[in-house]
Amino acid sequence: MKRLLVILLLIASPVSAVQPDEILDDPALEARARDISTGLRCLVCRNESIDESNAELARDLRILLRERLVAGDTDQQAVDFIVARYGEYVLLNPTTTGANLLLWLSGPIMLLIAAAVGWRFLRNRSSQQNTASSDSLSTEEQKRLRQILED
Amino acid sequence: MVLVQRPAYKRAMITELGHFALILAFLVAIVQTVVPLIGAARRWNGWMVFAEPAALAQFLLTAFAFGALVWAFTTSDFSLRVVVENSHSAKPMLYKISGTWGNHEGSMLLWVLIVALFGAMAAVFGGGLPPTLKARVLSVQAAIGVAFFAFILFTSNPFDRLAVPPFDGRDLNPLLQDPGLAFHPPFLYLGYVGLSMAFSFAVAALIEGRVDAAWGRWVRPWTLAAWVFLTIGIALGSWWAYYELGWGGFWFWDPVENASFMPWLLAAALLHSAIVVEKREALKSWTILLAIIAFGFSLIGTFIVRSGLLTSVHAFANDPERGVFILFILVIFIGGALTLFAARAQAMEAKGVFGVVSRESALILNNILLAVSCFVVFFGTLWPMVAEMAFDRKLSVGAPFFNAAFTPFMIVLGIVLPVGAMLPWKRGRLGRAAWSLRYAFALAVALAVLIWAMQSGRSALGPVGLFLGAWITFGAIVDLWSRTGRKGSVGRLFRLPGADWGKAVAHTGLGVTMFAIAGLTAWEVEDIRVAQSGQPFEVGQFTLTLQDVRRVQGPNYFSTTADVKVEKDGRFINVLNPEKRDYPVAGMPTTEAAIDYRFLRDLYVVIGDQQADGGWVLRTYIKPLANWIWGGCFLMALGGLLSLSDRRFRVAAGAQKTPPGGVPAE
Repeated sequence: MKRLLVILLLIASPVSAVQPDEILDDPALEARARDISTGLRCLVCRNESIDESNAELARDLRILLRERLVAGDTDQQAVDFIVARYGEYVLLNPTTTGANLLLWLSGPIMLLIAAAVGWRFLRNRSSQQNTASSDSLSTEEQKRLRQILED
Repeated sequence: MVLVQRPAYKRAMITELGHFALILAFLVAIVQTVVPLIGAARRWNGWMVFAEPAALAQFLLTAFAFGALVWAFTTSDFSLRVVVENSHSAKPMLYKISGTWGNHEGSMLLWVLIVALFGAMAAVFGGGLPPTLKARVLSVQAAIGVAFFAFILFTSNPFDRLAVPPFDGRDLNPLLQDPGLAFHPPFLYLGYVGLSMAFSFAVAALIEGRVDAAWGRWVRPWTLAAWVFLTIGIALGSWWAYYELGWGGFWFWDPVENASFMPWLLAAALLHSAIVVEKREALKSWTILLAIIAFGFSLIGTFIVRSGLLTSVHAFANDPERGVFILFILVIFIGGALTLFAARAQAMEAKGVFGVVSRESALILNNILLAVSCFVVFFGTLWPMVAEMAFDRKLSVGAPFFNAAFTPFMIVLGIVLPVGAMLPWKRGRLGRAAWSLRYAFALAVALAVLIWAMQSGRSALGPVGLFLGAWITFGAIVDLWSRTGRKGSVGRLFRLPGADWGKAVAHTGLGVTMFAIAGLTAWEVEDIRVAQSGQPFEVGQFTLTLQDVRRVQGPNYFSTTADVKVEKDGRFINVLNPEKRDYPVAGMPTTEAAIDYRFLRDLYVVIGDQQADGGWVLRTYIKPLANWIWGGCFLMALGGLLSLSDRRFRVAAGAQKTPPGGVPAE
């Protein structure tokens, strides 16, 4: 908590997020800049994008990004420019290269596994229907059980 | 400043008694872990029933210790280290009290108080439980208590004294001095710890080697209560972020937020799968596993918040020693429970048989979607750490990843939910359930198309959200109506069991929240400018005028307050007062947004710095449907409460048996 306070103290100089003097005159270019900056991390903050952050460094990055866009960079070029200087850590949206593929595919793979297990279980349950009559409760017993449960 | 004047030794006395009560509670919990467990194994009745008075004593002692700490905070007893570090004599009373749990030590005491509270409640209300099961549940619950009492006493004792007490404290983090946040932690803890009850029931059932329909019915109210508290706690935290942090964000996919969201997802899955155990005696071993993992995620959440392992905006106490201790607790409890599970799960033979298309399979799909989406959040949260350790890549996983990887699961969940909720138990026909929802579907599509045509060319997110929200809501209404019988009647509607109403209301809440999040994201309007005093400007259909900027002094802060007049078509709407505050003791500025809350939209104004030309930076946001996000959460919680009020749970808890409600006379 104390460390957090110190960090907040350091970064919470009274500047806040995007300032009017940073905004570009061309609304299309500004929209692109805003869009990119929500995906870039403020390096001295904790899990905030430079679009939201109050830190000086975030402001510098916002201005740098806009300079690149004004100079005619595409979105990708501008992002690459910043990543080349600050490292992959600056990307809030992880790339899909190398080991990160595992991250991106973890959800779909897990879903497939879960679906396969669920399906097998379901088939099992429903095929037992034909053979289950002998050792399971009689309908009379089932009815009584349900009655007890309903009450 | 008026302080309660008492001889210093008396105040010291209460604190020492609190400390002593905490140690006693620790000892009681140890005995409560051991004695009933042996009693249940040997069938010694006296040893088993010992659990009940022990659970009560443990709760009362912990409550006394907690009360003593609250007392120390309210009377500003600066001989205690935690009070010095987190309070100030000039702080408003509400925040002196909430300061008790606004720090690591106090919040752990609150945590263990809730563990003891749930144990005591199970002791008092568990009259209908078989004696061995009850003894084992209380024993496991006490074991959790033992671990956390030890954690508090050995690594984070709130009753630590300072040899030389200072004159005044260092004040609570001003961001935390807020009514929404004063109650955010207690609700979250009630939720986290509520899941300990499901865990205790699961472990007790594994020791017993028996899981039946009755077990499903006993475990469900605790899970439901935990889920309701988690819902409220998360909603309060998100609402706080919305109005306090100054740009109206409501969810950041921060590790600590994820830490509370993962147990919520699993609790939602658990309370659905427990229905299958209760009604159909199937999915038993899965439900047990889910109960263990859900509490495991609560512990992981505590670990993440307190170890400083993952950087986050609200990292609490970055102390590796504490982190290791909690990791140890996590390994012992979850590892132990999983081992027990591996040994005993085979004994949980399923009884109910059902078709591929049935309510059971719909609930299995619900569980798959919730559990896998929880896994995605978990994987994303831990990935930066894994990548750094295993692949030497220092990277971030932020909101864009979670939005892309998590949202599809919720969209699929939203699409299948109304159909699944309509399917009958055992065996159903998809076509029939879908056919009865045809009007709900048509209406939802019509609304979405209408909005899509009206918004002309903006992102499809808004219409898709509206479709999902409307589809779930109308589906819930159709479902509820169909329960009144072939020729539904309004009178019968109000005599439906609480569980039916709870289901409909909670599902509607989910739909409302989905729609609101999509709508807010798609249709927000933002304006950033330097506003000159007295010069009106337009944002959307509103005209705003900065009238005045004043210096104001508050109880423990100074404020720069602006008066912003809001008009629409020349008609006066409101004067908003956004503030910038400076807390001199904590040495920290905060922004206080001014919000004009309306049913369909919020107008959100934030003041920034004064510029060289004398104007002020003013940010204005129109946030459509903002209130609906928390309105939907409120509906979900209300649905949970309605379901909890169902008569059948009370009967299960051992109340007087009454004949089933008479046939309505009409």
